[in-house]
Amino acid sequence: MSSTKKLGLREKYRLMTRGLGWDTTYQPMEKVFPYQHFEGIKIHDWDKWEDPFRLTMDSYWKYQAEKDRKLYAIIDAFSQHNGHLNVSDPRYVNALKLFLQGITLSEYSAHRGFVHLGRQFGGVGPRVAAQMQAIDEVRHAQTQIHALSHYNKHFSGFHNFNQMYDRLWYLSVPKSYFEDALTAGPFEFLTAISFSFEYVLTNLIFMPFMSGAAYNGDMATVTFGFSAQSDEARHMTMGLEVIKFMAEQDPDNIPIIQKWIDKWFWRGYRLLVLVAMMMDYMLPKRVMSWSEAWEMYFEQAGGALFEDLARYGFRMPKYADVSIKEKGRYSHEAWAALYSYGAAAGLHTWLPKQEEMDWLAEKYPDTFPDFYAKRLEHWRDMQQDGQRYYASALPQLCQVCQVPAWFTEPDDPHTLCKRETEYKGQHYHFCSDGCKDIFDNEPEKYVQAWLPTHQVLQGNCGGAELPDVLKWSGIDVGRDNMDFAGSEDERHWNQSIGERK
Amino acid sequence: MKLVYIAFQENEEASAVIASFIEDNPSATVRRYPAMVRIEAEGRLTVRRETVERRIGREWDPQEMHLYIISVSGNVNETDDEFTLSWGQQETAR
Repeated sequence: MSSTKKLGLREKYRLMTRGLGWDTTYQPMEKVFPYQHFEGIKIHDWDKWEDPFRLTMDSYWKYQAEKDRKLYAIIDAFSQHNGHLNVSDPRYVNALKLFLQGITLSEYSAHRGFVHLGRQFGGVGPRVAAQMQAIDEVRHAQTQIHALSHYNKHFSGFHNFNQMYDRLWYLSVPKSYFEDALTAGPFEFLTAISFSFEYVLTNLIFMPFMSGAAYNGDMATVTFGFSAQSDEARHMTMGLEVIKFMAEQDPDNIPIIQKWIDKWFWRGYRLLVLVAMMMDYMLPKRVMSWSEAWEMYFEQAGGALFEDLARYGFRMPKYADVSIKEKGRYSHEAWAALYSYGAAAGLHTWLPKQEEMDWLAEKYPDTFPDFYAKRLEHWRDMQQDGQRYYASALPQLCQVCQVPAWFTEPDDPHTLCKRETEYKGQHYHFCSDGCKDIFDNEPEKYVQAWLPTHQVLQGNCGGAELPDVLKWSGIDVGRDNMDFAGSEDERHWNQSIGERK
Repeated sequence: MKLVYIAFQENEEASAVIASFIEDNPSATVRRYPAMVRIEAEGRLTVRRETVERRIGREWDPQEMHLYIISVSGNVNETDDEFTLSWGQQETAR
């Protein structure tokens, strides 16, 4: 081998980033890169940016091609062998519907954001890193659609994710999150997506959820999940690098970044309520509870991270303490609400079986038995009497996160938490202090929020009756929605399993 | 307690790297989950190219880890000869 002639990693990285850039002369640099000044972030020397993995485009293509070959080999095998029949329980598939409806097109939004940065950043190191991440994100969207297309042949709720993402009420939670980031400046976008979301929060989507998919016999999802997550390790590292880079460039940057960290931690935490429900209610075989995952991935890992960042003057995100107070209640309050609105969802909902109630009581001894079990038992009695409970009033959405204001007060689990503010003669409503702060800092941005319930009431969503609105949202009414019990999914499953036996 | 960790898919290619992490970091804790292995340690984790190459009997580029890595916590530093995760100031000059 000619290993002595091979370029070292550092030298190759230098040539494949700095070596590919140049300063423009026909036009001044600030006109070529017009977006990088208005946020107030001061950059003195872009060459101080270094990708800790030192990944270059040539290696990137090689490794990504291999990842895709491995992934498609498994997706093909899964599909050819009717892998969907090996999942632990047909209810599990509804977690995949939520994933496809809520996450896949968010990956595509992230792609759009990184395409923008891959053009607009003045420094060639971050520009190359953003270009790679742009390709990663579109790969994630595509591989998720491909892997889940097999489920679409056998289950409802997968067929119309595009239209649902744009119109279905609860999907405005992820959609508005990414649109908020996309309409920010480039440095805020990186802080939002690369640091707050990828570094601090995505472990909670991919690690317990994908490990949960494995535990529930879903090899297709495990494979696309882990294939995507192998890119996330690089994205996370970029997220930490961007924070350190901005902090080292100028001390004036630190208060600006801290404000973004506060905002995007809270935005991301609220978005993850979808994951909390998946972990505690939608995985028939559970790997760990939301509360345990929050302790491991936020309190412990995030704690170590912010302790390390303290040397720059950063502190834990504001309201991190509220997320810790809510960890015993988060998933229960959200699932109860989604169950109540089960007639208006693009997936099936259900009440936990007795052994699942026992698991919840064991994992949440301080909250579940006293605050949540009795309501679920009451609904179970109603359902047994043929009166499955469906809420009919439209929920009050939070102006910022767009989650219905269904959470309880951080210090009082008996009282619903609601905040409001007045701006230019109008009242705005919020689910929390975290969301109210975000609004108060940028009211002109959030007064423009497209809130699904308001739009329904203004007559912009296909009609005045629920079936009209659902149809407009992309739902096949009577098939995609309602309880799992009695659904077409349940009938098909029983039939397939019966035939196999 | 400032933990660093690295998580891998549990597969054939990753197994030699996981074993090498354990060999190079005697104080590390290994946690096994469905389809996933997480290695954690206080403050620092390193794997040396040499250790992995001895196990697999061929040349190994630390960047091959991109194929099966799931997640990391800590500051990453990668060179031709080792891959390190640590908290605190990085020892290696940029």
